[in-house]
Amino acid sequence: MANGADVSEFDLECSNLTKRFGGFTAVNNISFNIPNGSFFSILGPSGCGKTTLLRMLAGFLEPDEGDIRIKNRSMLGVPPNKRPVNMVFQHLALFPMMTVAENIAYGLKRQGVPKAEIAVKVQSALDRINLPDAGPKRVDQLSGGQKQRIAIARCLVLDPDVLLLDEPLGALDLKLREHMKVELKQLQSQFGTTFVYITHDQSEALVMSDQVAVMNNGVFEQVGDPQDLYYNPKTAFVAGFVGDTNRWKGVVKATSGSEVQVATDDGLTLTATGIGQGCKTGDAVDIFVRPESVALSRSADALSGMENRLAGQVKNVLFNGANSRILVQDPTNGGEIMVTLPQTGEFNDLRAGQDLHLGWKLSQAKCFAQEAGKASGAEVA
Amino acid sequence: MISSIPQSRTFRGIYAAYVSLFFIYLVVPLVVVAVFAFNDSLFPSLPWKGFTLDWFFNDTEPRLGVFHDRGILKGVGVSLFVAFWVTVLSLFVGTCNAFLFERNSFPFKNVLYVMALLPLVIPGIILGISILVFSNSLVNGVEDLLGWELEFLRPGLVLVILGQFSFITTISTLVISARLRKFDLSLEEAALNLGASKMTAVWTITIPYLKPALVGAGIVAFLMSFENFNTTLMLVASDSPLTITMFDRLREGSTPALNAISLLLMIVSAILAFISILVQREKGVK
Amino acid sequence: MKLGNSSKLGLLLLMAPLLIWLFALILLPHVDMFFLSIREKVAPRVYQTSMANYMEFFNEPLYWNTFARTAVMSILTTAITLLIAFPISYYIAKMLKGRMKAFLFVLCLLPFWVSELVRTFGWMILLRETGIVSSTLQWMGVVDGPIEFLYTDATILVGLVYSSMLFMVVPLVSTLESLDDSYIEAGYDLGGNGFTVLREVVIPHAMPGIVSGCIVVFMLSLGNYLTPVLLGGKDSLWFTEQIYAQFITRFNWEQGAAFGFLLLILSSLIVWAGLKLSRQTLSETMG
Repeated sequence: MANGADVSEFDLECSNLTKRFGGFTAVNNISFNIPNGSFFSILGPSGCGKTTLLRMLAGFLEPDEGDIRIKNRSMLGVPPNKRPVNMVFQHLALFPMMTVAENIAYGLKRQGVPKAEIAVKVQSALDRINLPDAGPKRVDQLSGGQKQRIAIARCLVLDPDVLLLDEPLGALDLKLREHMKVELKQLQSQFGTTFVYITHDQSEALVMSDQVAVMNNGVFEQVGDPQDLYYNPKTAFVAGFVGDTNRWKGVVKATSGSEVQVATDDGLTLTATGIGQGCKTGDAVDIFVRPESVALSRSADALSGMENRLAGQVKNVLFNGANSRILVQDPTNGGEIMVTLPQTGEFNDLRAGQDLHLGWKLSQAKCFAQEAGKASGAEVA
Repeated sequence: MISSIPQSRTFRGIYAAYVSLFFIYLVVPLVVVAVFAFNDSLFPSLPWKGFTLDWFFNDTEPRLGVFHDRGILKGVGVSLFVAFWVTVLSLFVGTCNAFLFERNSFPFKNVLYVMALLPLVIPGIILGISILVFSNSLVNGVEDLLGWELEFLRPGLVLVILGQFSFITTISTLVISARLRKFDLSLEEAALNLGASKMTAVWTITIPYLKPALVGAGIVAFLMSFENFNTTLMLVASDSPLTITMFDRLREGSTPALNAISLLLMIVSAILAFISILVQREKGVK
Repeated sequence: MKLGNSSKLGLLLLMAPLLIWLFALILLPHVDMFFLSIREKVAPRVYQTSMANYMEFFNEPLYWNTFARTAVMSILTTAITLLIAFPISYYIAKMLKGRMKAFLFVLCLLPFWVSELVRTFGWMILLRETGIVSSTLQWMGVVDGPIEFLYTDATILVGLVYSSMLFMVVPLVSTLESLDDSYIEAGYDLGGNGFTVLREVVIPHAMPGIVSGCIVVFMLSLGNYLTPVLLGGKDSLWFTEQIYAQFITRFNWEQGAAFGFLLLILSSLIVWAGLKLSRQTLSETMG
């Protein structure tokens, strides 16, 4: 266990971490610090290197370069069973041949804790996760949500400095997943342990985390709090991956300050805010506009304050209660745009085929330079 | 031809009759052996002369019951001894092999795997003679070169154990590998993560997980060894296991004492079979 | 995880039992047996390499007749076992459900749990001159005097088929069980009848089970000793008896080794041919 000789404000510090498999670089020179007691998520598509990173933290992989420090102690060369980190596995890895109590006691036994003390600790852990009677049950008698909690309790009873979670909600059905998001967040604040959570599900990351790192191709694209990532993406990948978005490709025609005039490939002229370097005249760029930042109107006049305006025809109404959207097609060039349907009552009778005016502000359209050979995030499906 | 597809009554009737006949064919020889263990006659055949337990408990010739028959009892002892060692050895080597083939990659892995399967398709009697020939060459070679007498490699119980072990190990390897293949490696990683060393993780997690397969393979190994005849026949010397003793008796002409010992064997086998099914069922729950 | 020196040592330790087993008990004994089989005794303690033992086999009609007879009888056993076992396996796998299915399946395994010697003994009690079948027939008045059913080829077949049944039923039931009912239903739905569905859906699916069952049954029959000796008597002419006689009775190990090798070649050839015909490998069939 950590001796805590040097008190640091960070539970986990990683510097210049690199891991290669043959010619493939899974994790490329990543540095980050996680403050004590925070919920930190690493969000990225499958194959982005997040699992490799997590396994390096757990000690199942050794980094090729860089250092991992937990409570100011380097973990290089420390085997997994000697690290002050515990992990909740993707499929939980609860031991099927043991009872719930034996599962929770497993780590304590390995530490040589006296039997009587183990019993007390196990019971208090069960109490804290609200399953006080689950001790003698077999693992396969538990529901999915209960298994989750046992897997977390099994780690937290050891009082780790950092708890790693490897997409533990992936196997649950949608409803339970929503519920567990809230519960996980509560458990984390209740125990005050630092959580490092990896996921490909942006909603999990946004709801639970204090800080989120968006990872792609072995690097962190952006680290920030959820609002920051959503409203102020720093890269095209983050803009595309976090939240749903409309996306156009185009070429910069003119710039003035951060304002960029872009001719899109399907023939529109849009005004957007240029982010970062490289939105100069003649550059190839991507423009991102979120479906909920587009204003709708039946008349063109109501949108006169918007820098971008479009007239189009409703092609499809994708009704889904509060999350309803419409697909609007520009009749001149056939380009489509997804717009969130405001639930103010005004558009409840909207049907396919009707004409509509759209508009959005300059600040809601983000323009990023296209980087050759770099994958971008998903678009609106 | 499945329950959801209608068939004529005649067809169903004939089919059911056929299946019944088959099971009669399966059971009759065993029933006959069991029933004649209680016939109050010197021969295990009709006519039925009344019920007796002499063939189990009587202690005088010519009606010597099996519990007083030294030859039979000694055969049982030898068979138990052999079966015990074959089971222990084949479980040990089978477990090593399972870990080797399921967890590691090494040169010539496929060649070695096919070789490990071969004993299943080599007739038992040939396994017997080849080991007989080789051990004989070894003993003679060592004696000529070094002057040592390797008496234990002459025909006898050591060779019988080795001979049975040579093919039963294939079966234990297959059974244990099949179970190990289903093992989720993250369970072992979880154990490491919770502070166990590699050895502790295997001992506290993987081996308990393999337990049903170990019990199942152990029972099969024990029974196959206990009942083996072909390989044993070629390697045996003066200490005969039960099957060899019974075979010799059978050729001399049988008394119902043989039925009695056969019935006892059947009961023991049935108990072992029952245990093995229970263990398999427990495994199926997970 | 990386392969350090310690894990290389661990791998070697783990591999040691396998290598000792395979080399000391399987490979070297067979190589040694081969060298013994091509050795001829020309004078006391003087030997030379020759094919004399194999020539002896081809020159003596008794030997190769026995050999051919053993092979043919084993093929017959395999075919009969398959024909009997297939409908039974189908019945267990597809027509029964729940407890009845489990019960009948376990009943099929029953003879396997009982020693081959006991099973053969049962048949002897049934079939010999003073046996149950003969007595029953006399009692019923079908025949006048006792009849000897033992010591015929048919009896040997009955015994061999009986002993082999398990090794056919188990693989058949497990492959047939893995065939989803909806395939059979689809076969009927698309206009097939019982026969065409059996030929075009069920049997192709069950092929791996059929092949592994046949291989094991053939091999066990070929190498059987007890059943032919006890049910077939002195004149059963089974090749394993020849091997036993050369080794134990005549103490002509060179000749016995040659016979053993011929039997091994025959059994390997048939196994190989079976695998080739069904386009499978040994690992798939056994593993």
